[in-house]
Amino acid sequence: MGFPHPTHPKENPVLSRHFGEAEARSYDGWVKRGGYRALEKALGLTRDQVIEEVKASGLRGRGGAGFPAGVKWSFMPKQKTKPHYLCCNADESEPGTFKDREIMRWTPHALIEGCAIAAYAIQAEQVYVYIRGEFTEPIQVMQAALDEAYAQGVLGPNAMGKGVRIDITIHRGAGAYICGEETALMNSIEGKRGNPRIRPPFPAAVGVFGCPTTINNVETLSSVPHIIERGGTWYKGLSLSNPKSTGTKLFSICGAIAKPGNYEVTMGFPLKELLYDLAGGMRPGRKLKAVIPGGSSVPILTAAEAEETLLDYEGCVAKGTMLGSGGMIVLDDTTDMVYQVMRLARFYAHESCAQCTQCREGTAWTVKILQRLLNGEGRREDLSLLLDLAEQMTGRTICVLSDSCAAPVVSAIKKFRPEFEAYLRNGKPAARA
Amino acid sequence: MSGQTHGRTDAPAHGGAGAPVAEYEPVFVGEGRRRLDAILARYPTKAGALLPALWMIQEKHGWISPTGMAEAAEVLGLTAAYVKGVVTFYTMYHQHPVGRHFVQVCTTTPCNVCGAEKVGEAFLKATGAKRYGETSPDGNWTIVEVECLGACGFATPVMINDEFIESVTPESVPALVARYA
Ligand SMILES: Cc1cc2nc3c(=O)[nH]c(=O)nc-3n(C[C@H](O)[C@H](O)[C@H](O)COP(=O)(O)O)c2cc1C
Ligand code: SF4
Ligand code: FES
Repeated sequence: MGFPHPTHPKENPVLSRHFGEAEARSYDGWVKRGGYRALEKALGLTRDQVIEEVKASGLRGRGGAGFPAGVKWSFMPKQKTKPHYLCCNADESEPGTFKDREIMRWTPHALIEGCAIAAYAIQAEQVYVYIRGEFTEPIQVMQAALDEAYAQGVLGPNAMGKGVRIDITIHRGAGAYICGEETALMNSIEGKRGNPRIRPPFPAAVGVFGCPTTINNVETLSSVPHIIERGGTWYKGLSLSNPKSTGTKLFSICGAIAKPGNYEVTMGFPLKELLYDLAGGMRPGRKLKAVIPGGSSVPILTAAEAEETLLDYEGCVAKGTMLGSGGMIVLDDTTDMVYQVMRLARFYAHESCAQCTQCREGTAWTVKILQRLLNGEGRREDLSLLLDLAEQMTGRTICVLSDSCAAPVVSAIKKFRPEFEAYLRNGKPAARA
Repeated sequence: MSGQTHGRTDAPAHGGAGAPVAEYEPVFVGEGRRRLDAILARYPTKAGALLPALWMIQEKHGWISPTGMAEAAEVLGLTAAYVKGVVTFYTMYHQHPVGRHFVQVCTTTPCNVCGAEKVGEAFLKATGAKRYGETSPDGNWTIVEVECLGACGFATPVMINDEFIESVTPESVPALVARYA
């Protein structure tokens, strides 16, 4: 097990406070650390009060899109005419992102508590935690914690003795990045192929099993107990830059960096400090070349841009990219940009569900063209062809996987064009380490 | 669906075709049936239990054969063709027997820039498997490259069967392989 590193003074450990403490995984250990007090408190409030508190906190979805969590919950019907469901998205498959895994393996009860509070707020009796199939250890840890929570009466027909039913079920995925997309995730729970659905209808109206459904990310839900316990106003106050981005966030940092790992900082924290202070800077003798800041699906930042970026939703947009899942992929001066962009495109081509022509053909052709460039067989028009293709792939498909493939390709060609041109000029594979 | 690069339809045809076909032992009888019933209680439809049921089949048999698909279809009131459609979507369900040890090496960009391809090559070398997806001559090992395993900070993560191993290097591969041999 890789975690933990000692907390850096610049970190603000809320979610990660108990990472690395094996005892925190058990029910007793969790209660000793103040666990399940927030659930108890929430069950004593009205559902609307819980939703208002989360709205007041400004908490935004940590799965990628950054949609305000409390607002999402308020879309659920007030009059319940059918079962309501909560789905927790633990599919974590976005390259560069590995924070939810850490939350589940170290603080499983934090997630269970967050799920239970959210389920209560939206009147859901059944919660599905969709965990990617490869996460065998997090699944075991979560299942053990769930068994304990049931044994202690936290969950079940009379949760916490408060007369509400809350069941939580782990649904194990089976290898498909696309099942992290919320409507594909719901299909997968229904026992179908994981193809995204056309919206509308939106999940709050017609979700899993045709019933009103809310989908939230692991990190989003794990933040909820802190908000209930310490108040929305406290959480909203955690913000270093833009008041629209509140709270703390776990940033996964990986690739060509000295100390990869998860670091939790307050929203608005400078990326430069994350890179050089917390994550130990570049490897010896290497220089920063680029950062892909939101998992792999967002535009690439040059070194200069990265060093000016503030880590919150607005800060990333200001630099022409997105915060996404908060997974930082660091590339240094030894990186062959063309090869790594091809490798990313290959990921998307592999993971496309193939429903939409633009995505199915676009991702495959992007890989083919980049490969011929790498083989020294590129054609003069290939770069404009790639850009045209990317345009056709953006904003036209059922889900945004297609756009996600286009974003790093377009930004790499724009910002690192000479590397692509070198492959065209030399007509032979450049040396790769 | 067209194209070769679409992972959702082209789960690698793992080797090991020579494995003897033992008589199929049903999964959903006795204890297996009780486990399935407990799962069914968690879903409003029978089809909801399909992914968990497929996992149970793979746990017992190591892969999901046409007979296995038929069994899942039968107990859940689905058609075998429907079940096959689902099985082929998900890369972790094996549609063919695989080597006794199934190794998945992440080579996506974050791991790639940390030398993941060398880790994959070290596995091929240490096990004698000729190439990715092809089972080693002794029938024991199948190595595949996979996309992001969600542990990019621990490059290079590798899965050997159900065990998730972090921070594998080319140097640590021979000892790992020896441990499983
Ligand atoms: C292709 C694709 C993959 C996604 N993968 C994930 C994922 O692995 N985990 C996740 O939480 N959200 C993922 N999302 C975002 C979800 O669709 C959804 O917005 C999110 O789970 C909502 O939760 P939140 O509001 O708490 O962030 C993905 C989206 C797309 C388009
Ligand atoms: S954009 Fe791609 S992944 Fe998304 S629905 Fe269309 S084909 Fe499937
Ligand atoms: S890229 Fe290898 S685990 Fe994510």
